[in-house]
Order: sequence, then structure tokens, then C-alpha cells
Amino acid sequence: MTTHPPSPPAGLVLPSYERPSGLHPPLDSPGYRSTALRAPSQRPLMITQGLTEITGPALGEGRVAPADADLTTQHAGEPLGERIIVTGRVLDSGGRPIPDTLVEVWQANAAGRYQHAVDNHPAPLDPNFSGVGRCVTDSEGRYRFVTIKPGAYPWRNHPNAWRPAHIHFSLFGRAFTQRLVTQMYFPDDPLFEYDPIFNSIPDPKARQRLISRFDINLTEPDWALGYEWDIVLRGSAGTVFEEQPAAGRRGERR
Amino acid sequence: MTGLPLTPSQTVGPYLTIGLPWPDGPTVVPGDTPGAITITGRLVDGEGAPVPDGLIETWQADPDGRFDHPDDPRGAPGQGTAFRGFGRCPTAPDGSYHIVTLRPGALPSPDGGREAPHLDVSVFARGLLDRVVTRIYFPDEEEANADDPVLSAITDPARRGTLIAAADADDKSRFHFSIRLQGEHETVFFDV
Repeated sequence: MTTHPPSPPAGLVLPSYERPSGLHPPLDSPGYRSTALRAPSQRPLMITQGLTEITGPALGEGRVAPADADLTTQHAGEPLGERIIVTGRVLDSGGRPIPDTLVEVWQANAAGRYQHAVDNHPAPLDPNFSGVGRCVTDSEGRYRFVTIKPGAYPWRNHPNAWRPAHIHFSLFGRAFTQRLVTQMYFPDDPLFEYDPIFNSIPDPKARQRLISRFDINLTEPDWALGYEWDIVLRGSAGTVFEEQPAAGRRGERR
Repeated sequence: MTGLPLTPSQTVGPYLTIGLPWPDGPTVVPGDTPGAITITGRLVDGEGAPVPDGLIETWQADPDGRFDHPDDPRGAPGQGTAFRGFGRCPTAPDGSYHIVTLRPGALPSPDGGREAPHLDVSVFARGLLDRVVTRIYFPDEEEANADDPVLSAITDPARRGTLIAAADADDKSRFHFSIRLQGEHETVFFDV
């Protein structure tokens, strides 16, 4: 983000990001008890996307070291559990990769315990696993983490409540509008049908998009199983029509 | 817009402080930077109880109203003005947060008017299945605030008031901005 063309003479033409409706979980989702006192009661007010919304921070440079993407080598010893590779691309809905964007993850250990003071699940902590990773996507929007498959864990939302195994993902994209925090799940988890957080997403097909795909080709022989998961952030007019010269100077970004 | 279907949101859950805070997150600029201000406040729920497991993120223009971003059609800010523009602070057990930054400048808006100086804010917490978004405006910008297209679209003065920080009685460099997720004096949130 160092070179910019000179300012255009007049008019402020900004990209316009799509606004998904019915995609994200309703904030008031009674099955997830913590929403009761935290979900706003008023509908959010729709505002025109201005300069603050169509720009966003460029984070990562000087903040992320390559080693931050390997959650299995952050301590003196190796963490217990099933070693896995989680990789995929960060894209916009136009199918364009989002390069150089920060991806942050956090997760429970193999026993389903977070290294967090509030987590009192009676499962062992692993002194060799903090459960935190960061990386910056490459020129093709790809991220890659090496970690341990997290365990399922109980929570007190309702009797006999268990969260399916998941990894928390935080994404920035390149605009404030694209900011997304979500969770990646693993294929064939028997807990999906019982989980009010997973099922808070109204469209069952959209829920499936949070489930990673096992890929034997990503698996490293004698070392780690491979899972692939792509993340799609909101696209904008001007990114979708990249090839058209009429997209003007925005097309020069890539 | 057609194309790839979007990835849905999920809550940050109760353990976000494992992964998201940075040591320098709350300091958009170092505290001894000339002109630095501190914005502080509390995140509270529908009963007025503190939310101790939330995260506040801010994004804003620099003092000249510029963004170092290729989609800002006005071009790059001047040399030597690197400004992160982004702040993040987890909430404390009493629901409090703080952000140390510079006051943003006013901005041209797409409709030809001007936006008053503001920060965009994302709020994350257990119990929020998606972030909620609000804005922080400044109390001593009456004229600019009156012309701001977002503020002026809110007809109820009490609702509009939830978006304007309070000046500190003693310290001109401090502002107070609390966020009420629900109920009486609920903060205005935006669909951006």
C-alpha cells in the first residue's frame, strides 16, 4: 500500500460492498442463552458505505512471524493430540483472492480445554499448547496453519451441552465492511445437530460452509492430516468486474 | 452480486482473549504522541451489567481525514504520516476499555457532503453471534455533527446522543464513550 495514483479531480467514487441478508445468525437467537441480554433490541440502522467503511487496516507486517502459523512448535515440547494442517484461501465473493491480510486463530487443546482462566472444564491443560496462531495470506490469498485437532468440550448453555470441535478464525479482508469472526468445524461431527451456535445460522447450506474438508492430498505422509477450508468475504462492485476496463483505477490494485 | 456464497459469522465465545488482544492494541499511537487522546468507556448488557469478555475495535481516518488505503480515491496521505488507524482493546472485568489515538479529521462523503470526524467501532463478545457496529463522534464538533449524514438521519436526539462521546470534565484529552448493547439508552448500531 505504498503507491497511489494522483487524486481524481472531482466526485468521490467508492466501491460498494454487498450487504448479505439472512446469512449471519440473528443476534437474538434464544437457543444460545448468552444472546438474551446482549443482543440489541433495535434493528441496526443501514448507512451508506463511506470512506471509513470501504477502507481498513493493513495489519500483519512486523506483527506476524512465520513461526506464528505453527501452533505445535511454540513450546519446549510437542503438544499432545492429532497433528493437523489447516489451509485454504481468503476470497471475496467475486472469487478474487485477498492477499496480505491477517488471519488469527485460537482454539482448545486436544482434550477440549482452553488455556484461559475462565475455562474450568475438568480436562487437562497441555503445557505445550497455547492454542493461538496468526498468519498473513500469500499473494493467492492462501493461509496455512499447523496445529492439533481441538477436542469437543461441554458448556453450560443447556443440560448436556457440548460444542462440536472448532477453531476460531478472525479475518479482516481489506475493508471495514469485510471484518468477520467465525468458527471452522470438522467433517462429520456428531454434535452439529445439538449445537445452538452452529444452528443459529438460518440456512442449513450456509452452515455447511463452516465445515472444513478432509483432503488426503494435503495430508503429509507420516506427519499430519490435512483439512481445507476457504473463507469468502463480502465482495464489492468493482472487484467482481475486475476484467472490465471500466472498473477504472480500482483495477490497478491487483 | 453473484459469485461465491459468503462465509457466515459465529460468536467469538468466552475465550477470545486467548487469540485477539495485542500488547499494543489499545495504542493506535503511543500515549506521548502530541495531540493523543484517550477514549474510554464501558461495555454493558441489557441489565446494565458490565460485559467483561468483550472486544472493542476502532478504525478511523488520520487527523487530516486520510486513509493509507488504495481504495481511498484521494490518494495516499503525505509522507511520514504512517498511522495505523486501528485499535483493539479487550474489556476488563468492569466492562471498561480504552483506546489511545489521534482525533480523526472530517471526510468527504459519497453524496458530496461531509462526514463529521468519527471512529467506526466493532464490538465482539460471547453472546454476539455477529459483531455489532457503531460510531464514536466528538462533543465539540457541533457544526460538523449537525451536517453529518449518519447523525442527521437519526431523528430521536436521545438515540443520536448515544453516538457522541462525552468530554472529560478535567482532562481535555479524554473522552468517555460507553456502549449499551440492549435496553434503555441502547447504543445505535449500524448495518454497514
